[in-house]
Amino acid sequence: MAEYKRSQLLADSPSGYCPGCLHGLATKLIAEVIDELGQADNSLNVISVGCSALNILYWGGDFLSVAHGRAPAAATGIKRVNPERLVFAYQGDGDLAAIGLAEIMSAANRGENFTVIFANNQTYGMTGGQMAPTTLIGQKTTTTVYGRDPATTGYPLKMCELISTLEAPRFVARYALNSPKGVSDARKGIKKAFQMQLDGKGFTFIELLTNCPTNWKMTPLQTFDYMNSNTIPYFKPGVYKDTEANG
Amino acid sequence: MGDKRFMKGNEAIAEAAVRGGCRFFAGYPITPQNEIPEYLSWRLPEVGGAFVQGESEVASINMVYGAAAMGTRALTSSSGPGISLKAEGISYLAAAALPAVIVNISRGGPGLGSIQPAQSDYLQATKALGHGGFHAMVLAPNSAQEAADLVYDAWEYAERDRNPVLVLMDGCLGNIMEEVELPPMKELHDEDLPEWSLTRRNGRDWQGNITPIYTELILEGLNAMAGEMYKAWEEDDVKVEEFMLDDAEYVVVAYGIASRVSKEAILKLREEGVKIGMIRPITLFPFPKKSIRNLDFTKVKGIFDIEMTVPAQMREDIELQVMDRCPIYEYGRSGGCLLDDDGVYDAIAEIVKGEDA
Repeated sequence: MAEYKRSQLLADSPSGYCPGCLHGLATKLIAEVIDELGQADNSLNVISVGCSALNILYWGGDFLSVAHGRAPAAATGIKRVNPERLVFAYQGDGDLAAIGLAEIMSAANRGENFTVIFANNQTYGMTGGQMAPTTLIGQKTTTTVYGRDPATTGYPLKMCELISTLEAPRFVARYALNSPKGVSDARKGIKKAFQMQLDGKGFTFIELLTNCPTNWKMTPLQTFDYMNSNTIPYFKPGVYKDTEANG
Repeated sequence: MGDKRFMKGNEAIAEAAVRGGCRFFAGYPITPQNEIPEYLSWRLPEVGGAFVQGESEVASINMVYGAAAMGTRALTSSSGPGISLKAEGISYLAAAALPAVIVNISRGGPGLGSIQPAQSDYLQATKALGHGGFHAMVLAPNSAQEAADLVYDAWEYAERDRNPVLVLMDGCLGNIMEEVELPPMKELHDEDLPEWSLTRRNGRDWQGNITPIYTELILEGLNAMAGEMYKAWEEDDVKVEEFMLDDAEYVVVAYGIASRVSKEAILKLREEGVKIGMIRPITLFPFPKKSIRNLDFTKVKGIFDIEMTVPAQMREDIELQVMDRCPIYEYGRSGGCLLDDDGVYDAIAEIVKGEDA
């Protein structure tokens, strides 16, 4: 029987994420997978800006906190001089798909040998719920008070789809964290991505569909229903690229 | 025996960086500094280092941030427009207390400006290299040799202070070819890596973390510590060349290319009996305040601020030391137009001979 215990990679403090927020679950999944791989001492978390930056308080392992959107660039510098470390960036949607779009696409295109974990909750949580690049059409935010209008704000960016068009990335997958199966699949996906990195295979990308009860102005359970009926139909979970799949 | 080569200023910087222990470079093409990334793209792999051509200056400075966090001596180079883009990352380096070296081979500005040489980035370099009120040490060589010497030791300052160091040199000096005696290769070992670096978790029982964000009381304390560091630089790290000052009635203050051109004009004026000398700041920050403040103003009749930019940017730093004890005149060219010794001579002679007439 495996022992179920708190990962040493999670700081010994209660999470200050809002009640029902899935960031805490995502962080825990990552920590547990690193533990399973025996990489706790070798892992390095590149912490981005937004609610994800709160991991400065909750992450118990080594970390480097970096500028908004620049985690894939910083991780490039880290990995090029320290290729043996297990390096991952944890980025939100504003960080990765708006201000950091150049950095994520370019790092993916270079095939940098690290893993990016992308928490997509379709809003800028930390700054109070503005429109994100992944905000759904019609979704109300503090900067789209009548709902996102594609005539002036375009369409939600599908990052897995974009990144999977590139030659270099090795594993690109999206999971929704609002169901036990989604969580279980995500755990397997993160583990696969980290293992591929440890094997020196190249760039791996995991998108996690998450929520924001506070800024969506919903109860946690309502966010799960919203995800089922709105988020998941647009951002379809699945493996978008897996160069290990048939060989 | 020394290792003498005939090389461009930019190449001298690149080779001296490698010999000074640099093992990571990231940068984005921009004139007039392209020889630096071009040289390092093949040279760094020869010594086990890494070169990345970044997708932007913004990405490049953040790659440097990542490599620096691992204790690796990291470098980026650019010119004015690109340094503006790196400003965010340089501020983060200062906040996270990470050492790195940034080279600005400067050109005409503002904006896209011109690709020709200019000294138009003095204020950016010395006053606000990014947001948040920090300083980097600013080194301003006036030859390929001095560029090599200063870059070679730049990481010693950066690591001592855990703070970025800026090398500011104009595109003219970056591209002229001169004889350079190269310093020997510094041998760096893993055990020399800084204690704070994030390289080795194995065997270390404490959490390694580096962050540019703090709670307010800690940040206030760090701000105060930075202030103390800048004061210490003024005491310990000022580099300045004083030229023919003993009997000087007129003093040129000039750095970099402007000091080279001014020296020619000064020698010609000396031949004509004009008692003139020069103060050449080699560190622009810390600024050589004492060299100017302690001039004998019973003798000195005028100061000439000669810069390859218009209006002069160093003037306020000079004024603060002169304290109205004599007039300050300025002369310069700008926009990529080069200073020449005749122009500098004429500008000085007009004042000096006019006063003596």
